[in-house]
Amino acid sequence: MAAETPRWQRFDRRRRLGRFLALLLTAVTVVASWQFLAIEFVTLDTVPREVADLLTRMYPPDVAYTPTIIEPLIETVHIAFLGTAGAIVLAIPVALLAAENTTPNAATYWLGKVLVTVSRSVNTIIWALIFVVIFGSGPLAGAVAIAFRSVGFLGKLLGEEIEEIDFGQVEAVTATGASSAQTLLYGILPQIKPALVGLSVYRWEINIRDSTVLGFVGAGGIGVQLFRAVDAFAWQSVSMILLAILGIVIVSEAISKQTRGMVR
Amino acid sequence: MAAGETRWERPSVFPRREVKWFTYLAVVGFFLWSAWDLGAAPGRILEGVGNAAALATDFFPPEATPRQRTRIIEKMLESVAIAMISTLTGILVSVPIAFMAAENISPRPLYTLNRGLIAISRAFNAIIVAIIAVKAVGFGPLAGIITITFKTVGFFSKLLAEDIEDIDMGSVEAVRAAGGSPIQTLLYGVVPQIIPRFAGLSVYRWDINIRTSTIIGIVGAGGIGSVLLTAFNRYDYGYVSAILLAIIAVVLVAEGVSAVVRRRYQ
Repeated sequence: MAAETPRWQRFDRRRRLGRFLALLLTAVTVVASWQFLAIEFVTLDTVPREVADLLTRMYPPDVAYTPTIIEPLIETVHIAFLGTAGAIVLAIPVALLAAENTTPNAATYWLGKVLVTVSRSVNTIIWALIFVVIFGSGPLAGAVAIAFRSVGFLGKLLGEEIEEIDFGQVEAVTATGASSAQTLLYGILPQIKPALVGLSVYRWEINIRDSTVLGFVGAGGIGVQLFRAVDAFAWQSVSMILLAILGIVIVSEAISKQTRGMVR
Repeated sequence: MAAGETRWERPSVFPRREVKWFTYLAVVGFFLWSAWDLGAAPGRILEGVGNAAALATDFFPPEATPRQRTRIIEKMLESVAIAMISTLTGILVSVPIAFMAAENISPRPLYTLNRGLIAISRAFNAIIVAIIAVKAVGFGPLAGIITITFKTVGFFSKLLAEDIEDIDMGSVEAVRAAGGSPIQTLLYGVVPQIIPRFAGLSVYRWDINIRTSTIIGIVGAGGIGSVLLTAFNRYDYGYVSAILLAIIAVVLVAEGVSAVVRRRYQ
């Protein structure tokens, strides 16, 4: 073959090198992580057996346990609902601060961003630990934890939504002599209302899933029963609770999908 | 007024006004029920605010003795290591499941089975999975790896399967028409179309896994979470806030790295 016909190659040398290095880095990190954790292969081959053993103990689910879990299940839905409602109230001002076009000045903009970041970086269960100390153990602490966790999510996405609005309408309302509260109510709110409803319902669905574990730190909900059953090794009750959780999660997902489809 | 004329009404998603008011009423009613059931009285909330103010002074400033500091670093590395390994194992498990859960290339029973698996993985919070994993394999990072691998499967397979469903079937048919075996069709018809999304999704999931790995220690599945829970139980709130700062820092770095990589790839 003549020397001047080069072989076709998908990437040039620089990109090939880059890809190779990225792959090497990944491999090294994973191997180093494995070494660091010092997990032995001996324990590893017992894993499938242990898991299978647990699953057989869980079958069949203890149906007679159902009446006991209905009340905590309702409580879980309440925690998610109240938490989401609280989050909406807190998130609207945060979103106004974190949106470039509505925030009064640079300092308030950064304040908004910091609030969003802190809320989002701390997991619900950690917020729950904090609020159990403040409110005492019980579902109220759980609802507040859910609210504080959701503020970041709603504040961030609502803020982005506010940045997208048509500011002409806001100016039109201001030009009629409206106060700032009226501007918010008639200039901004109608434009973000579909997003507000959609995001709230979406977050509510996530919160249903999150509030199932609050019981572990004493913040109410179905988690209390679940962890009690786990500690008692009552695996058939555990699987009944898991089925119930699966049920409410699927129902909430369906409601959320339906509502979001309506407001879009 | 002529009979044909109608008043202008604001466009609404509700078919009738009664339905609208009923919905609003139901939402408000449910809210009141929730507030009553959880005992969310204004007095109790105010009391909580007072407690919070008192507690805030315990949380600040964040402090950690040198020994505690090394403990934070050591356990944080454990969290990150768990996230690294389980992102890889999670993706390895997810890929075949994603292919089987894509409606356009998978037979119906297989599709239903794998969609069910994905739904289960997504429904349960990581803490619940972790608690069961800890009961199955004992305390330590192995339980954490199993937990995050399981959670990764639900997320990664679902999104990857949706991408596979969106591919251009023309190129798949072309490979098949050229005489490609089923494996070759998959490799040369399907895979090249999903590779770009694959990279972005992996990094995104890695970012989420870092977040998850910092909390599952609370139930004994390895990582910084166990240190946090111990500090809480000892009312050592200065140490708690030091740990929280460390967690926020790591989460932010992971989020930054993930955002940069995804922007470069897409």
